[in-house]
Amino acid sequence: MRRTVQNKDSQVMISRRRFMIGAAGLTFGVALGLPAGAFAAASAKGTASAAGLKRVSVNPWVTLSTDGTIAIMSPAVEMGQGSLTSLPLILAEELDADWAKVQIVPAPPNDALYGNPGFGGMMYTAGSNAVTSYFKPLRLFGAQVRRVLLDNAARHWGVPVDELTTEPGVVVHAKSGRRIGYGEIAAFAEIPAKAPEIKPEELKKPDQFRLIGKDVMRVELPTKVNGSAQYSIDVQVPGMIYGTVLRAPVEGSSPDQIDDSAARKVAGVRKVVRLPYGVGILAETPWAAFAAKNTLKVTWTRNAKAWGFNTEKGFEVFSAAARDLTHAGTPWEKVGDAPAAMQQATTVIEGEYRCDFAYHAQMEPLNSIASVSPAGDAVTLWCGTQSQTMAVAAAAKAIGVAPERVTFHGMLLGGGFGRRGHRDEEFIVDAVLLSKEAKKPVKVLWTREDDVHNGRFRPMTVHFLRAGFDASGRLIAWHHRKACDVVTAYQDPVRYEKSGRKDFIAMLGSELKTYDIPNRFIEEVPQDSGIRTSSLRGIGFGPNKFATEAFLDEIAAKRGIDPVALRLDLLKNAPRGRKVVETVARMADWGRKREGRGLGFAYIDYSGTQVAGVAEVSVNRGNGEIRVHNFWTAIDPGIAVQPDNIVAQTEGSVVYGLGLALTERITIEDGVVKQSNFHDYRVPRLRDIPEIHIELIATENHPTGVGQMATPLVAPAIANAVAALTGVRLRQTPMLPALVQQALRAADSQPA
Amino acid sequence: MEQKTRIALTVNGKRQVVIAFADTPLLWVLREQLKLTGTKYGCGVGQCGACTVHIDGSPNYACLNKIKDMQGRRITTIEGLAPDASHPLQKAWIAERVPQCGYCQSGQIMRAAGLLKDNPAPSREQIVEHMNTNICRCGTYTRIVRAIERAAKEG
Repeated sequence: MRRTVQNKDSQVMISRRRFMIGAAGLTFGVALGLPAGAFAAASAKGTASAAGLKRVSVNPWVTLSTDGTIAIMSPAVEMGQGSLTSLPLILAEELDADWAKVQIVPAPPNDALYGNPGFGGMMYTAGSNAVTSYFKPLRLFGAQVRRVLLDNAARHWGVPVDELTTEPGVVVHAKSGRRIGYGEIAAFAEIPAKAPEIKPEELKKPDQFRLIGKDVMRVELPTKVNGSAQYSIDVQVPGMIYGTVLRAPVEGSSPDQIDDSAARKVAGVRKVVRLPYGVGILAETPWAAFAAKNTLKVTWTRNAKAWGFNTEKGFEVFSAAARDLTHAGTPWEKVGDAPAAMQQATTVIEGEYRCDFAYHAQMEPLNSIASVSPAGDAVTLWCGTQSQTMAVAAAAKAIGVAPERVTFHGMLLGGGFGRRGHRDEEFIVDAVLLSKEAKKPVKVLWTREDDVHNGRFRPMTVHFLRAGFDASGRLIAWHHRKACDVVTAYQDPVRYEKSGRKDFIAMLGSELKTYDIPNRFIEEVPQDSGIRTSSLRGIGFGPNKFATEAFLDEIAAKRGIDPVALRLDLLKNAPRGRKVVETVARMADWGRKREGRGLGFAYIDYSGTQVAGVAEVSVNRGNGEIRVHNFWTAIDPGIAVQPDNIVAQTEGSVVYGLGLALTERITIEDGVVKQSNFHDYRVPRLRDIPEIHIELIATENHPTGVGQMATPLVAPAIANAVAALTGVRLRQTPMLPALVQQALRAADSQPA
Repeated sequence: MEQKTRIALTVNGKRQVVIAFADTPLLWVLREQLKLTGTKYGCGVGQCGACTVHIDGSPNYACLNKIKDMQGRRITTIEGLAPDASHPLQKAWIAERVPQCGYCQSGQIMRAAGLLKDNPAPSREQIVEHMNTNICRCGTYTRIVRAIERAAKEG
């Protein structure tokens, strides 16, 4: 499977073929210096070379052609965040490549070569963790390849290497006025057995960057305006039929009685298949498969944990657990001695905050294509996954073969947001099991209703917070107890165990590293509702920052301090934090009163990226609707690799946060999801969108994430704005009109 | 048992005859039979707009229109909007770097093309009202508006 995309910035080859790298023992970081035979093999297996072209794989990341093209591997999947482009760009920068000659090749599944160091070396695109984790190694690889080219040019001309410089795609000997293109060097290049050593000071200084910070076109973007972009749902393979699965309403249950008499009569249906977790339909067309699924009558075993769980009752259980200080939770962050400091505090303020379950709603419903070999001993996959590693492992496990028996074709993702990075990759297993049964390639499609009903959700949470102050009014103690299901144990048991059982997906963002609060104790109070949970854009930061940033606002109000002034005081040792706070305050003209509108503020240190936001809202007292008119954000992600893309990601993050804050709610009754489609799971539409103002503050710090950092700003900023406008504190997301009305009425009925 | 039906229609200027079960939505015929996969499945119930195509020149939901009602109709999909993706909206979409995951963008562009056809210089409010039917989960809305304004201006 191969596509060539032409655009004004570069010619891009997106190739799915495996580079045949035969050398054993290659590891990340020392990948240079393959034996010549391996290159020959790589070249021979190449599909793109025109007659007479020679290709040289300088290392597993870079292949030079004698026509000057440079193929660079991209280890991240593309789901709209831009990493497919920005990772090769980083390598190309140090290589001093001519970007117009760069071809980007999605890296094949090979953890040893392409794994993300930020995820323990597996191939996984998540957590806004691609650029930040690959930045150093990719610069090094680029610099190593450049050095190899320089050494070859020096030998070729018989001049000292330190007399040579590079311009994009060209080695230059200024003394003699000679120039030689990288492609010409490829024709005679000798590749050393050992990677040349590059000292940190030999890397480019930021003011020497030619690509980083300059906004190149995202390579796949032109394919997304003419219908040619290929997502897995678009894949067709010869002989393919269609599959769909009715899953147990509560995961962990199995079909008991299956009445498929009507399903079998639907024209085009080939087979009804009992699966351990549901009932599969195989059919000639998608429509026949869906129609047949809708006629199935199935009873389910009631052995799964979540049966009987209700959101409303659950909140009360979670709240009681969060507030029960006699019951120790699982410590997440301990700084100083918060319990002792709380004892000594002269004033203690308490607050409770709640967040409902939330659904990813990626636009492309889950799907995948699998073709199991007739003998059942190999499988070919086409899928949109956030993790090549997990996809291959899950498919291999499903049919009991070694991972080497899986051929993987990674496709563009129609949104990810955390949904496509679960260790079991159940939407891929569907296709593998049904293909095995059909003895044909099968495209499995989830309907939107399937995607909602069988969603894996940002967990429901209850947060109980306490803040203690000394006699001078200084915030000296902070205690945050969060009751929720343990997400990481469910989503990725492998990483959960490896991390020493840390629920980082739920708990990240509860720590307050940049705030000057001397004694902090943060603990998770684990619940077990049995509901399927997941990372979701903003992960734990979403609920945790709603709780902590709204609570700080409450503290500021109770103590008569301006919320921005409070943050600036708490950030006295965090200059980058102060800078985004000051910037956004200026952007929003913080302090200027608006008739009928309120301003609310929030700040986050999101894994190093500094963000601050201000929401300007009004409230319709008649129907309880909150309207956000403006949202300002300042973001400092360190080095801005693709500045316009960072702005785009931040705009999108704000929109995503808006839905989570105001309208998006999954309700569980007797373990079953009540919502089914976009009419009752309401995501933001154009009419809901405020004016969004972004200021990107590029600094020379190591680049950190950009894909979701503003999302968790939105809910607390809105709640804080509503409090500023009405005096009413909203304590639950989504801040649905009914909840707003209830809160306003409760405040009205209280004596002044 | 439902019978297959034979339908003649024009797709992107080309006459096509398809044989499909009568109740099959146009969407699945376009995608799986005619292999025009730029038109996307998002919700199946006319809630998200990812499947927007033009039927007899007007934006419509391919997921809600059954193939049996398409006899003699004229369908335009993203693949047929303009030769070489040269429609002003497609150029503006690139200039404003609108797409992120891109999955909804065919539908967005087809929806916007319907607007500009009837109203070459829409106001901001008219754009918002017209485009409110189409969901973009990546949140590219502000760029969608900018791109439509640019296309209207640059034509």
